[in-house]
Amino acid sequence: MSGVRVLVGTRKGAFVLSSDEARQDWEVSGPHFSGWEIYHLKGSPADPDRLYASQCSGWSGQVIQRSDDGGRTWEPVGNNFSYDGVPGTHQWYDGTPHPWEFERVWHLEPSLDDPDTVYAGVEDAGLFKSADGGKSWRELPGLRGHGSGSSWQPGAGGMCLHTIILDPVERQRIFTAISAAGAFRSDDGGETWRPINRGLKSEGIPDDDAEVGHCVHRLAMHPSRPSVLFMQKHWDVMRSDDAGESWREISGDLPTDFGFPIDVHAHEPETVYVVPITSDSEHFPPDGQLRVYRSRSGGDEWEPLTRGLPQQHCYVNVLRDAMAVDQLDSCGVYFGTTGGQVYASADAGDSWAPIVRDLPAVLSVEVQTLS
Amino acid sequence: MTGGGVAIRVVLPAHLRRLARIQGEVSLQVAGAVTQATVLDALETAYPMLRGTIRDQQSGRRRAFMRFFACEEDLSHEPPDAPLPAAVADGAEPYLIVGAMAGG
Repeated sequence: MSGVRVLVGTRKGAFVLSSDEARQDWEVSGPHFSGWEIYHLKGSPADPDRLYASQCSGWSGQVIQRSDDGGRTWEPVGNNFSYDGVPGTHQWYDGTPHPWEFERVWHLEPSLDDPDTVYAGVEDAGLFKSADGGKSWRELPGLRGHGSGSSWQPGAGGMCLHTIILDPVERQRIFTAISAAGAFRSDDGGETWRPINRGLKSEGIPDDDAEVGHCVHRLAMHPSRPSVLFMQKHWDVMRSDDAGESWREISGDLPTDFGFPIDVHAHEPETVYVVPITSDSEHFPPDGQLRVYRSRSGGDEWEPLTRGLPQQHCYVNVLRDAMAVDQLDSCGVYFGTTGGQVYASADAGDSWAPIVRDLPAVLSVEVQTLS
Repeated sequence: MTGGGVAIRVVLPAHLRRLARIQGEVSLQVAGAVTQATVLDALETAYPMLRGTIRDQQSGRRRAFMRFFACEEDLSHEPPDAPLPAAVADGAEPYLIVGAMAGG
C-alpha cells in the first residue's frame, strides 16, 4: 500500500510523520536529535530508506546524520566542511570585507540516482558535495569563485545557500540560490557557475537590477519541465521560461508578494503555491489569516486557500524550506509554521488539516511518497 | 578505552553523550603528557562523531560556547598544551566538558 513520510526539521529536533494514501491518520515519530536544530532532512530519490539530516547547535556546531532504514535509526557521518583553498572574503552587513566562515548546513539535496551522492548548501554560502554517503565533503569552489563572491552580503538570516535543484533532464545542470546574492546555474555538474538574475528588481540594493545582490528566498521546478523555474524573492514572485536566463514577475493579484516558500503541484506544472507574508518586518500573514495562494495558470492569477487554516489571530511564519508536495494521484501539499503546526492537504490545497499543532518552530518540511 | 596505565576520566554534556551514545563518564588512555589537547585527541579518536563539536576541526580552537573545567577551576582559556592538574592526570578527578550557560 502506498503512503507518505513527511520529514520535519524543527528548532529542537526532527519529527517523522507517516500516513497511508488517505493522509487522514498519522503516526508521529520524534523528536529525533532532541534539543538540536534540524535545518533540513531529505530522502534519496534513488533509495527512500536513505535519509540525510542536518543537525546543529550553538554549542557544538554541525553534525550530519544518515539513516539507512527510513529514519528508524541514524548514524553520524562526516561534518568537516572546509572551504577550498584560501576562503577569501565577502561583504559584511556594514560593507566591510568579512572572511568566509562555515556556520551550518541549510539544505541537503541527495542525487537523483545515487544514494551515496548528496549536495549540501551551507552558510556562509557555498556548495559542498559528498560521494560517499556523507562521510567526506568537498567544496565545489566554482560557485564562490566565479567572480561575484566578494560582493555577496548576508540577509537577515545569514548568508546561506538554501536552494539546490538538480535538473532531471540536463543531468549536469544544477540551480542554486543564495540570500542575499541571487540565483546561479551550473551546466557542468557544479564545476563552473554563472548568475541567472536578469529581470529581477530589488529596491533594497543600490542598483536595483544588478547581476547579483538579490535576496532570493526560494526556487521551485516541476521535473517534467525543468526549463521553467518559479521564484519567491524577498519581495516579488517571479518566473523563468528559459532555465533562468530571464525572469518576469508573476505576483499578479497576490495580497502581498513577500514570502518564503514556493512549490509546484506534482502533476500540474502550471499550478504553483506560495504563502504571502505581510512584509519584511512583519513576518506573519496579512490580517492574521493563514492562507496559501494557488495559481493554476503559472502565476499572475491567484486564489486563496483557506479551508481548514486559521482565519483569525494567526501570526506565524512559513520558512523557505517548509513546504513540500507528494506524488500521489491526488497531490498532497504540506507546510510547517514557526508556531509548530504542520498542515497537510490531500486534495491539492482545497482543504487543510493540521497533522501536529505543537512542535517546536518548524524549519523545514519534505515529503517522501512511498510505494 | 582503558588500557595499561591510569585512565583519564572525562565528563561530557548531555547533548554530546546522546550524540556519541555514551552513558556516564568516559575513561580514556592518554599516551604521554596529559594536556587538554591530548585528552581531546584521545576522546575524538575513540568517538569520531565528536570531531568538530568541541573544538574546530581546522584550527583546533575551542568552540565559543564549550567550556573546560577541572578541580573547580575554569581551564577554558589555558593553553591546550599545558599539563592538566595532577588529580586529573592520575584519575582522581574528572575533566569536565561543559556547554556554556548560553541559552538555546
